[in-house]
Order: sequence, then structure tokens, then C-alpha cells
Amino acid sequence: MEIPAELERTIDEVITHYPASKRSAVLPLLHLLQEHFGFISKETADWVATKLELQPINVLEVVTFYPMFRAAPPGQHHIRVCRTLSCAMGGSYKLMNDLCELAKIERPKHAGHGTPFTVGEDGRFSIEFVECLASCGTAPVCMVDDDFYENVSRESAAEILAKYHEASPQTVS
Amino acid sequence: MSNPSTTTAPPPVQLLNVQVDGVWHQFPKGTRVIEACTQAGKYVPRYCYHPKLSSPGNCRMCLIEMGMPKMGADRKPETGADGKPVINWIPRPQISCAQDVAEGMGIRTDSPMAQECRKGVMEFLLINHPLDCPVCDQAGECRLQEFSVEYGNDSSRFLEEKVHKPKHVDLGPRIVLDDERCILCSRCVRFTKEIAKDDALGFVDRGSYSTLTAHPGRRFDNNYTLNTVDICPVGALTSKDFRFKMRVWFLKETRSICTSCGTGCNTVIGSREETMYRQTPRENNDVNSAWMCDYGRLNFHYLHDERRLTAPLLRQADHTLQPVEWRKAFATAAQQLREFKGEEIAVVASARMTNEELYMTRRLADALKCSLVDVVPRTGEADDILLSADRNPNTSGAQLLGIGGDKLGSRLAEIVEGVRTGKIHAVVCLGEDLSEQGLDAKVLEELPCLVAMSILPNATTRAATVVLPGSGFAEKRGSMINVKGRLQRLNHAIPSPGDARDDWEILRDLIQALTGSNGLYMIEDVFKAMSNDVSALQGLSLSKIGDLGVQVVTEAESREVPKTPLETATAAQPT
Repeated sequence: MEIPAELERTIDEVITHYPASKRSAVLPLLHLLQEHFGFISKETADWVATKLELQPINVLEVVTFYPMFRAAPPGQHHIRVCRTLSCAMGGSYKLMNDLCELAKIERPKHAGHGTPFTVGEDGRFSIEFVECLASCGTAPVCMVDDDFYENVSRESAAEILAKYHEASPQTVS
Repeated sequence: MSNPSTTTAPPPVQLLNVQVDGVWHQFPKGTRVIEACTQAGKYVPRYCYHPKLSSPGNCRMCLIEMGMPKMGADRKPETGADGKPVINWIPRPQISCAQDVAEGMGIRTDSPMAQECRKGVMEFLLINHPLDCPVCDQAGECRLQEFSVEYGNDSSRFLEEKVHKPKHVDLGPRIVLDDERCILCSRCVRFTKEIAKDDALGFVDRGSYSTLTAHPGRRFDNNYTLNTVDICPVGALTSKDFRFKMRVWFLKETRSICTSCGTGCNTVIGSREETMYRQTPRENNDVNSAWMCDYGRLNFHYLHDERRLTAPLLRQADHTLQPVEWRKAFATAAQQLREFKGEEIAVVASARMTNEELYMTRRLADALKCSLVDVVPRTGEADDILLSADRNPNTSGAQLLGIGGDKLGSRLAEIVEGVRTGKIHAVVCLGEDLSEQGLDAKVLEELPCLVAMSILPNATTRAATVVLPGSGFAEKRGSMINVKGRLQRLNHAIPSPGDARDDWEILRDLIQALTGSNGLYMIEDVFKAMSNDVSALQGLSLSKIGDLGVQVVTEAESREVPKTPLETATAAQPT
């Protein structure tokens, strides 16, 4: 694991925002590092602990508490399917099945806590359920990376996935 | 004789009027609501709250109904017909562990709302808790069991499958964790961070899956880990040493002290019939707060060592040691000792002996007209919490009784040299091993008289002419003075094995064999004689020492009783 000098400069600057207790910088640091690496590895978490003079367990607690921190690398594109009430009623479980089928992701039957997201075999897509994406009127909704999609049917799901296939045609081994 | 920490007059404490279940009481400012309820005789159930740790307020078991005085238009509390403030009750329950009492506060510990809250919290806690009480080591001293009886439902409404979590987790060398039993009170997390200063434990994952753990690859291995087993309200943390050895309801509890270092942590010995199974810390705010170290706690298994000396032994003509009756052993020892003049005799005693035994040692030396008496010092590494560098539990007692002079061990070299050069012909060795002082078996075997009192065989007992089997710390009564100058009591929890005897009795009988009757029949007689001879002990008796001890000499070592950051802050706060 290597932290680019520029990222470390940003991190050092962020830490100065918390003069009372460096511990408060855990969340912003984890966000910065996940943005850079795509996930928070054990080494990354330990690096944060050392950086903030904390015990590694203190950082691990935070990483495992928040579902948006990933402990393992996601696919090239990460899909989030909303499953809060309106979307659940509007077909988010069917959407999850459709997306998994189309993106060739084998989602374990008991996917959820501990293994919240599943990566497809080709490494192109990964998928997870998330809580409300704030668009209850257009259920079911999902996000791919930072892009938002509403009223997603099986057909439009296929179109969406195709778009990302074109955007990054290479297959990650 | 008063405790030095209380000699300075405390600042006056403001008393606040608080109503608990309809009765008005007064509590000092700064009293926790939960403590005030206990003081008023209304125990509020709790899991996460521990008086020696910070209060996170996360278990919600101590919910009560609370109210504050109703204010009139003039911003003064309105008074009712009884002249007491009228209380405005808060419509929602409050936790009683994280709040201090206030003037005019009202508390209801047993109102329908409080009862309903407890029942609700119990139901939630039991949703995922395994019902393995029959095989759980905590059964019998489990808060969850106890509060289930008092506040739980008689049946479960939960039809879903329970969440499964890691079991048999090897948390550290002395601790096993069952995460399914954990109710997430966080006492262990706070203890190890706040008291043991080893931030090793935490909760990972969230919601129903929250799991207590140490960081992967890190062992929970400081010298205070077993305290987490004591404070764990359920069977999540169990001691590898004690688990499954004995159901706790069979244990007889005996108040005693730990004898593994000079701190003298107060303890409770758990024993059944002839076996000691465990010792746990007993609260004493002048000594050990509510804790003890793992080293001291586990240092008792030698009492049940199969090599224990269980009968007096005499050196025979064929040089073997053979068991004999006590009377014969005393007569022979006295006969051998009488052969020599005082200056040809040395006495090596131990600061692991009680005051009573050391006092009898002094009388024995007087009877032998022997002035060469010393005690073996024993040191180790200290920590900042409880473990003292002085690994003898009664150094202060030996000093007070004038055994071994100003500096313990200063005459040992002279004794060793005397034995080597043949100037000393007889040695009485009490609870120590002369080979550790550089006298090898060959030199010891050449002594015409070597009387050894011990509980386990060692190089000295193997070379002795007379061996007198004594008692371990859990097998006898007596007193010791810790490094802070506090006189404390040992109590008899289990019998000595075989024909082994209480050490003070052995010394009494040996003196009697030398000089005739000495009028000492009970250990109380010894203490009485000792308190007459030693001014610092005047007016005291074994029973007057009490369970928490008394300060008798100024402290030899200043050692802070462990405090939480909260306690430190409260102590510094002006009232």
C-alpha cells in the first residue's frame, strides 16, 4: 500500500480541522482513502490508526460500522440498488435479480451483513442493496458509480449496463 | 492510625433533596441517580453501568421515571400540601446511570412505566441470547439470569431465527469469548481502556450483528484481563483457568487478601471442601479499587500441588527423610538446636509469613538466643496500576516487627558466609529456600542441624534434618501489612493437606519444646501478645482489623488506587 504524497498532504491538512481530538478525523480520512483505493484494506485501516495515534481496533470499529466503507475491492463499476420501502414495493428485489443476471453476478443467497456486496466473476460490476436514495416517487431506483437511474425496468437495466460496457470495454482479469 | 487520605478535612458537601419512590432523601451533590436509588434502598437493575468505569448509558436497563420541580410564575418551585416541591414528571423514561441528582428531583424506580421499560429491554436482550444456561459457566452469577427472574417474561414471542455470532473465540491466553452471549454492555471495552490502559477491545459490525472482538492478530493479553470476566454481566467472557471447574453456587466465599505482592489486593476466595477454585477481587478503595492483576489472581494453584509436604519428616541414620509424628519432630528439632550456642545459629524467615508468624519467629530467635535473623527480600517489575515491585506481601510487617533490621536481607550474606565457613552450625529456615541464596545442596547437607518449615519441597527441605510442613495463604488466618502500611487479614478458606499445620502453631510448639509452655493457645493470643509488644498495633485485635484493614504505619510506597478519568475529574472538582 502506497499513499501518494499529494493525498497525504490533503490528509495532514484535514487532520488540522480537528484540533481538540485527532480521533474525529477518522471518518474524513477513511472517505479520502476509499476514494483513492476503492476500498479500505486492513493495511489502510492500520495506517489511519498509526496516523491518528489510535489503536487499530478503534479504526476497525468505524470501518465495520458504516456500510458505505468497503473492506474489499468492488468491481470496475459499483451498482447500488435501493431497497427501502417504496423501492421494495416497486420491485427492487426483482431489479436486483435482473441486474445480477445481466451483469453475470452470482449473488449468494444470504448476501447481506459481512458480505454486503458481490463482485461479478469478470470484475466489471459489483452490486449491493442500499437504503433510501431519496427518490420514492420513481421507484425502483439504483445508482451506478455516481450516476442515478430512476424507474429502472429489466430493459432499461440492460441499456444502462451496456453503457458502462462501452465506457470500459476491457475486462479485468 | 487513621487513613492519611482522610486526615485533611474534606470540603463541605452540598446536600440535595431528592424524592425516591415518594420518600424524600438527601444526597451529596454529584451523586449518580442510580447510586442515590441504591442508597435509598431501591436497587435499579443495570448491565453497562459500573461505578468504577465511565457511563456510556447503552444498555437501557436502568430506565426510571424522573421529574423536576414545577416552577411557578415567580420562577420558584411550587410547593404542595406537604411543603415539598410539586414534581413535573418527564413523560419519557430516563437512564439513571448517566445523570447526577439535582435539587427537588423526583425519581420513580418502580412505576408502571419503569416496569414496562425493564420488561421491554429484557425482551430485546433475550431475542438473540442463546438459552444455554445449563452449560454456561456464568450460570448462578449471571445478571441476565437474575434480571430475567425479576423483570423478564415467562415466554418468548420471538419466532425468527437467532443471529449467530462467533463462539469459543480465543481472545487471549486467559480469556475465552462467546459472542452470542454478549449483550454489548461494553464494560470490558471500557475497563481495558480506562483502567488497564490497553485499548485492545472493541465492537465491529453493527446492529444485530455487533460483535465484541480484539483487533485481528492482536491478543487480549495484559496483566489485568481477568477483571473483564468479573465485570462481564453475562457468560460472554469466561476465564480459561476457572471455567467448567466448579458451578459457582457450590463455592464457599472467604474474604482474604492476595499475597503475591506488596499491594495486598482484597480478595474473595472461592472454595469447595478442600479445594480452592478461584480468587476474585473484593472492593477496597484504599487498596485495589475493584481490581486485581492476573498474576496474583492465578498464583494459588501451588496450594494443590501434588508434591505438598503433608507430614513432618526426620533425617534418619541412613540419610533418608522419613515421616514422623509432630511431637517427635518438635522434640528432635529442639534437641538438635539445644546443641548449639546462640551465635552458632541463624534464622532465615520470609516476608510471605504473616505478622503472627513473624512475631513467633522473633520469640523463637529469643528462645535460641540467636541474633542472626533475616528475611529474604523478593522484587520484580512493578506496573503503574496495582502490581508492586515488592513481591513479598508482608515486608512492612517484617520491618515493623524488627526482623531483618532496617534493610531486609542485609544480613543474608553474613548467614551464607557463616554456613560456608562452618561458623554457623544450625539454621532454621522458614518458608524460604537457602539454595536461592547461593548455598548448594552439598553445603546444606553438611549442616548438623537444619530445621526447614515449608509447604513445598525444595533444596533446603531435601537437605534438612527436620522438615515441618506448613500452610498456604488460603489455609490459615493471620495479618499482613501492605506497602501502603495497611494492616489486613488473611482468612481460613480450606484445610491444610494431610498433617500439615498452621505455621504459627508450628513455631509455638517448637518454642514450647525448647522453653516450655508459653500460654499461647489461639492465634488471637499471639496477636494480643504482639500488639502489647509493638506500639503501632496497640489496641488492635484480629477482629478489629475488619474486612477492609486499618492503616498502621506510614506508607512505604505511594501507590495510587486505580481511578477512571471520571473519578479523577470528580475528585478534582470543587463542590
